[in-house]
Amino acid sequence: MLSQLPALQVVIPLIAAPLCVVLRNKEIACLVSQVVSILSFLISLILLQQVLQEGIISYALGGWLAPVGIEYRLDILNSFILVIISGISSIVTLYSKKSVNFEIESEKIYLFYTGYLLMFSGLLGMTITGDAFNVFVFIEISSLSSYAMIAMGKDRRAVSAAFTYLVMGTVGATFFLIGVGLMYSMTGTLNMADLAERLPKVYDTKAILVSFAFISIGILLKLALFPLHLWLPNAYTYAPSVVSAFLSATATKVAIYILIRFGYSVFGSDFVFSKYPTAEILASLSIIAIVVCSIVAIFQTNIKRLLAFSSLAQVGYIVLGISFNNINGLTAAIVHIFNHALSKGALFLAMGCVAIVIGSVKIKDINGLGKKMPFTAFAIVISGLSLIGVPLTAGFISKWYLVLGAIDKGWWPLAIILLLTSLLALVYVWRVVEVMYFRSDPNSPEVKEAPLSMVIPLYILVAMTIYFGIETSFSAGLANEAAEYILGISE
Amino acid sequence: MSNNILLILTLTIPLAGIILILLSRKNPNIRDSVTILTASTLFIANIFLTINAINIPKGTSFVLINFFPGGSIQFSPEPLGLIFGLIASGLWIVTSIYSIGYMRGKKEQNQTRFYSFFALAIAATMGVAYAGNLITLFIFYEALSLSTYPLVTHHQTANAKKGGRTYLGILLTTSVVFFLFAIIWVWSITGTTEFTPGGILDGKLSPFMTGLILLLFIFGIGKAGVMPFHRWLPAAMVAPTPVSALLHAVAVVKAGVFSVLKVTVFTFGVENLFSNGASQFAMYIAAITIVVASIVALKQDNIKRMLAYSTVSQLSYIVLAAMIVNTTSIIGSTMHIASHAFGKITLFFCAGAIYVASGKTEISQIKGIGKVMPWTMAAFTIGSLSIIGLPPTGGFISKWYILLAAIQNEEFIILLVLIISTLLSAAYLLPVIYAAFFQTSVSKFEHSEAPIAILIALGVSVSLIFLLFLFPNPIYEIAKLIGT
Repeated sequence: MLSQLPALQVVIPLIAAPLCVVLRNKEIACLVSQVVSILSFLISLILLQQVLQEGIISYALGGWLAPVGIEYRLDILNSFILVIISGISSIVTLYSKKSVNFEIESEKIYLFYTGYLLMFSGLLGMTITGDAFNVFVFIEISSLSSYAMIAMGKDRRAVSAAFTYLVMGTVGATFFLIGVGLMYSMTGTLNMADLAERLPKVYDTKAILVSFAFISIGILLKLALFPLHLWLPNAYTYAPSVVSAFLSATATKVAIYILIRFGYSVFGSDFVFSKYPTAEILASLSIIAIVVCSIVAIFQTNIKRLLAFSSLAQVGYIVLGISFNNINGLTAAIVHIFNHALSKGALFLAMGCVAIVIGSVKIKDINGLGKKMPFTAFAIVISGLSLIGVPLTAGFISKWYLVLGAIDKGWWPLAIILLLTSLLALVYVWRVVEVMYFRSDPNSPEVKEAPLSMVIPLYILVAMTIYFGIETSFSAGLANEAAEYILGISE
Repeated sequence: MSNNILLILTLTIPLAGIILILLSRKNPNIRDSVTILTASTLFIANIFLTINAINIPKGTSFVLINFFPGGSIQFSPEPLGLIFGLIASGLWIVTSIYSIGYMRGKKEQNQTRFYSFFALAIAATMGVAYAGNLITLFIFYEALSLSTYPLVTHHQTANAKKGGRTYLGILLTTSVVFFLFAIIWVWSITGTTEFTPGGILDGKLSPFMTGLILLLFIFGIGKAGVMPFHRWLPAAMVAPTPVSALLHAVAVVKAGVFSVLKVTVFTFGVENLFSNGASQFAMYIAAITIVVASIVALKQDNIKRMLAYSTVSQLSYIVLAAMIVNTTSIIGSTMHIASHAFGKITLFFCAGAIYVASGKTEISQIKGIGKVMPWTMAAFTIGSLSIIGLPPTGGFISKWYILLAAIQNEEFIILLVLIISTLLSAAYLLPVIYAAFFQTSVSKFEHSEAPIAILIALGVSVSLIFLLFLFPNPIYEIAKLIGT
């Protein structure tokens, strides 16, 4: 049983999804997704434990050994990502019931959870698999279901947002597939470990360069790095709150993981960073993403949109860390995947609370929220501080390593720009805080706090934001080990 | 009691005070007594801590939280921090007494919020004073900026908000961009940020890089008010006078120069800086600040703004003394933290007293006011003497050591700067005294002296000025231990 856990990690949610369709009951569908998420979370924790104790786990799916069969391959990096995805999913599903009831038409709720579980298993699959083509399959599973879920948003613009995402997402996935195909034609294998072995022999061929270009652009589209980000703001703004929270905390993060995996493990940093100016290109794009998207975030009137642009900026921070190609930069990237999942997840969940109580997530409608919804407002403040990177919150730890990475790389001006941009984050967070606490709205009726079933999951994330700002041996410690492993620096 | 308990107490007493202040918000008399009581308890705790810590030669350190290897929240009392802690907590008592007179005299709104944030700012100041490494120092430094923002914008007028924005904007920007950057840089070089006697950067960097990081620190610590990042201080003058007096003459600005001193002694190391000459450039920037700020102060008509520019100039004395980098200069700058604190708080108290009694804020309006407010203006005169650096005041002592340090290192340009600035400070302070005592007023003053609470506070601060002149030994003896 224990040895089958890697398969179960993906299979359980994949089977649970059609189960929801069969049962056609919104209560049960919700319960199923909660149970499945928590089960997945436990599995991922056990797997992480195993990886930490025994090293890499290789699992041959269906008993077919690699390279013929599909291999599930777990190392510190992706088992850590699995914990993040399933952990966030547990919290989001626990939170979801009231929010989904409020935002989705009643007869579609079981379909919503079906889609959710499919997306969840797709993300888990992308993370766990050690097979390049299999990654594509899971990208499609998670993407297709996420298009459907975004389209379920209350606002009619959700449909057009989902359509834009569909077009861009398909382009991205296709690019990825073309790249994988080219690699296959040159090496005759799809297994990542095999690819890593065989690619160096064909490094100098045009085909591999083209394949690298296709794959990286495909992934950058999925992770929404400037200027390939256009699908994201609308998708996050108009999707149901639960979906926004889950997508922002996990979907782009898994794409980032794929970038690390292909960049460092499959192609190898010798190819990616030594032969081509990849570091410079990624770093410049990231810096533009950080600066431009943070500034755009400042001028938003819809808070979910503001958060979406902030996510784009944060993606910039993570990719910047990856581009440094050194231990501190990569640690920063990995730990920020975790820390940003916590704080941005919490912020979108808080927006769900605001939506259910106030009925709007526009800045002009939340005057005096600090008095009306003290818990939600406080959660926004704490998570916002983490976005800025204030000491004693998780965000500070990421920023610390990122600046260290920049210094190690010798890019000092960049370190200064990085710190300057946290002031931009300060401005957009402050705009929300000021409206919540320093403006009162005497005309509006007395509004109560969101239901406890929503506030408690929200506060689990908020508590973790603080906890992992103080005790970092789990987050930064693991990220550091993962980075060492990926860079091939073993103790 | 052990050092650790006393350390925790110094941080928690002000916080406990906040709770009590909030609980007693309905009854102003109890609330204000709570403030004074908290301040006194804190001062006593600091005295005990000083006595304890001085007797332990190696010093102790207390780790609260460990973030990651080499990064922690850590406190360690050492002589420099102890002097700062004593000054800030001692003057908090005086300011509390003064505040009662001022806030009631002006019938200010939201007094409970005022006293709560005041206590919070003091808690942050204690954290700065006893920080055991750069990260801790940074965290409490930022906490101090944030907790004083509601005090600066206390009146909540458009003007106050504008001043508050400048205040917070400059302090946060400089600290996040330069200060934090410098801290991370130091960590990346040494793997630690702990304050270590003799410094941690000795021999690890070229003189140029040392100078560069030093500049990052000096500009990053915007609270030290070194030009061109000094504008927040005049902007902060929109605050009620007790805030200007304690925070912008003592706690906040001294947290700035204290941090500069701390970094000089415990991160760079005095001998390291002296031997590679990396502090020369920073020293001249401080010298320029001294002269330019004094000239700007000359042109001010608003008393508080004039005092603010005078503070900018005086703060750079301390930075400059630190940058001369020899043993005498460190003692001199530490003494100047004390003497300027006593002198400037007196002057601010007087400015507030004039405002409470007469509503006047400009120098041109107070001609002949010495006749109706003799005590206030006498205190102003003594405070001015101390700022100028004339005997028999504490300012004379500290200036003496700074001059001595400049001579020891043969920094004759600096010597000249110090002499010029002494003349300049006389030039901007004496006209006030002249106007008050020797000019006759156009209109008649229809008020008398300031409220008694204000006069008591003035009496205490003036005595401190004299005491520092008569008995400089206790502070001198502690200052001598810095960095050993």
